[in-house]
Amino acid sequence: MTLGTWTDLIYLLAATGFILALKGLSNPKGARVGNLVGAAAATVAIAFTFTNHAVRAHTLNLVLMLVAMVIGAAIAVPAARLVKMTAMPQMVAIFNGVGGGAAALVSIVVFLIEAPGSPAVYRIAEVLFGVLVGCVSFSGSAIAFAKLQELMTGRPITYPGQQAINALVGLAILGLAVATLVTGNTALLVVLAVLSLVLGVIFVLPIGGADVPVLISLLNSFTGLAVAASGFTLNSNLLIIAGTLVGASGILLTRMMSQAMGRSLPNILFSAFGSVVTAAGGADGTGADARPVRSGAPEDIGVLLAYARKVVIVPGYGLAVAQAQHTARELADALGERGVEVFYAIHPVAGRMPGHMNVLLAEANVPYDQLKEMDEANPEMSTADVALVVGANDTVNPAAKNSPGSPIYGMPIVNADQAEHVIFLKRSMRPGFAGIDNELLYDPKTTLLFGDAKDTLTKLVAAVNAS
Amino acid sequence: MSVTGIVEFLTIFVLAAFVGNEVISKVPSILHTPLMSGSNAVHGIILVGTMIVLGTAQGTGQLILGFLAVLLATLNVVGGFVVTDRMLEMFKAKPADRAKAHTDGSTTGGGK
Repeated sequence: MTLGTWTDLIYLLAATGFILALKGLSNPKGARVGNLVGAAAATVAIAFTFTNHAVRAHTLNLVLMLVAMVIGAAIAVPAARLVKMTAMPQMVAIFNGVGGGAAALVSIVVFLIEAPGSPAVYRIAEVLFGVLVGCVSFSGSAIAFAKLQELMTGRPITYPGQQAINALVGLAILGLAVATLVTGNTALLVVLAVLSLVLGVIFVLPIGGADVPVLISLLNSFTGLAVAASGFTLNSNLLIIAGTLVGASGILLTRMMSQAMGRSLPNILFSAFGSVVTAAGGADGTGADARPVRSGAPEDIGVLLAYARKVVIVPGYGLAVAQAQHTARELADALGERGVEVFYAIHPVAGRMPGHMNVLLAEANVPYDQLKEMDEANPEMSTADVALVVGANDTVNPAAKNSPGSPIYGMPIVNADQAEHVIFLKRSMRPGFAGIDNELLYDPKTTLLFGDAKDTLTKLVAAVNAS
Repeated sequence: MSVTGIVEFLTIFVLAAFVGNEVISKVPSILHTPLMSGSNAVHGIILVGTMIVLGTAQGTGQLILGFLAVLLATLNVVGGFVVTDRMLEMFKAKPADRAKAHTDGSTTGGGK
C-alpha cells in the first residue's frame, strides 16, 4: 500500500472516532470517554498528517508549523484548565471562533495559491462558502464572548434601520460572491471576507445575553460547515466528515436548546430585530425603577425558613458567580436537620449554560434526590411555604406566562410565584440577563435580601441555627 | 479534480449530515453544553487542513496567513477537548461524593 492509502485509512479511523465521540457525548455515562475518544482520534490524525509530503516539503514552513502548534497549545491548555466554571460558555465561544477563523484562512490561502491558474467555478464556490461562513463564525463568536464576559452590554442592541443595513450587507456579499465567481479576482475575495466579518457582528448584536448560549451552538454548527467547505477545497474526506458531523449535529442541538427555552430558533435570532423591545410589555407598562420593593433582614428570613414545612431553592447564575453552592447546601442541611423538606428546582437553562446548576450543585455534594428538574418541581410549588430564589431572575419571571409582549414570553419558568412566600437573594435591582424587569420582585409576598449570595446564605445559616 | 471526484465528496457530505443528525438525537438537556463543547473540539480537526496549507504556502503573505491558521486551529482543537474534559470531570464527581453525603436517606439511591 502507498503512504497515501495508509493516510486515508488512518483518517477513516479518525472520522469513525469522531462519530463515536459525539455518540458518547450524548449520554451521561459515555460522555467523558466519548470526549477522550475524540481527542485520541484528533491526535492520531494530526500526527499522521506529518507524513504528508506537502506538509514536509519545506523546512521553513515545517518549523513555522511546529512553532505555531506549540504556541497554540501553550495558550490553550492553561486557558482551558484555569477558566472558572462560570466562564465556560465564553471559553467555548472563543475556541469556536478561532476554528472558524482557521477554516476561513485555509480557504483564502488555497485561493491565493490557485488564483493565478484561473480555477474552475466550483472551486471558487467552495472557497467563497468557507470564507463567508468561517468569517461570520469568527466575528460572531467574538461578539458572543464580549457579551458573556460583560465587556459589552448583554442586552439586545438595536438601532434604527437595522434591518435595512443587514439586508444591504447581505446583498453586497451576494453581489461580491457572484463577481468573484466570474472574475476570480483576489481583491474582491478580500472585500468579501471583511464584509463577512461585519455580517457576523451585526448578526449577533441584536441577540440578548440570555440567548447567547444557543447562538454559540449555532455558530459552532457554522464553523463545522466552514470546515466541511475547506475539506471540499482540500479534497479531504476527513475534514468533510468531521465538519459535516458538527454542522448537522450542531443545528439539531441548537434547535433542542431553543426548545428547552420554549422558543423557536427564529424567535431567538430575530425577535429583537425591528421592534425596539419594551421592557415589561403587557398592561403594567414600564417605569419600574421607582416602584417599592420589600427588603428584609436575614434574621427574619431565617426564622421564616426554620419554621417552614417545605422550602424550594431556585438557583441561578448569581449562585454560580458567588460560588455559593456549598453554602446553599449548608443551609439545606441545616433546614433538613430541623425537619424542613428542602429541594432544589432546576430550570433547564438556569445559569448561562444548560446543566450549569446540576454541575455546581453536584460539586457541592448536594444529594441527587434533592435536585428536581423544573417539570418535576412545578407541581409542588403551590404547596411550598417558601421559594428561595438564589441569584435567579429570568427563569422565575412570570412575564414569561402573563406578558405576551415580553421577549421571554413562552419560556417555561419555575413557578416560584405560586409559593406562599418568595425570597429573592439578589446583588442589586438590576434586571436578569435577558434585560427585562421582573414583576415578581414587586409582589407583596416577595422579600428581597440584597448582597452577595454567599454572604447572605451564610447569614441565613446562622439565623436558622439560632432560631 | 474531476467531476466524478466532486460527486464522491458530495456523497460523503450528505451521508455525514445524516449521521450527525442521528447520532446525537437522544441527548438529555443536561449534556447540551458538554456536547456543544465536544463537537466544537471535533471541528478543530481543521488543524490538519491548516498544516497542509502552511506546508505548501509560498511567499511571506501566504506564510503569515498559514501560520495564523495553524495557530488558531491548534487553539480550537486543544482548548476544545481540554475544556470539555473539565466540564465532564464535574459530572463524574457525583456518584463517589454522593456516598459521602449523609444528610438523609439518600445514600441508598442508585445511579440514575
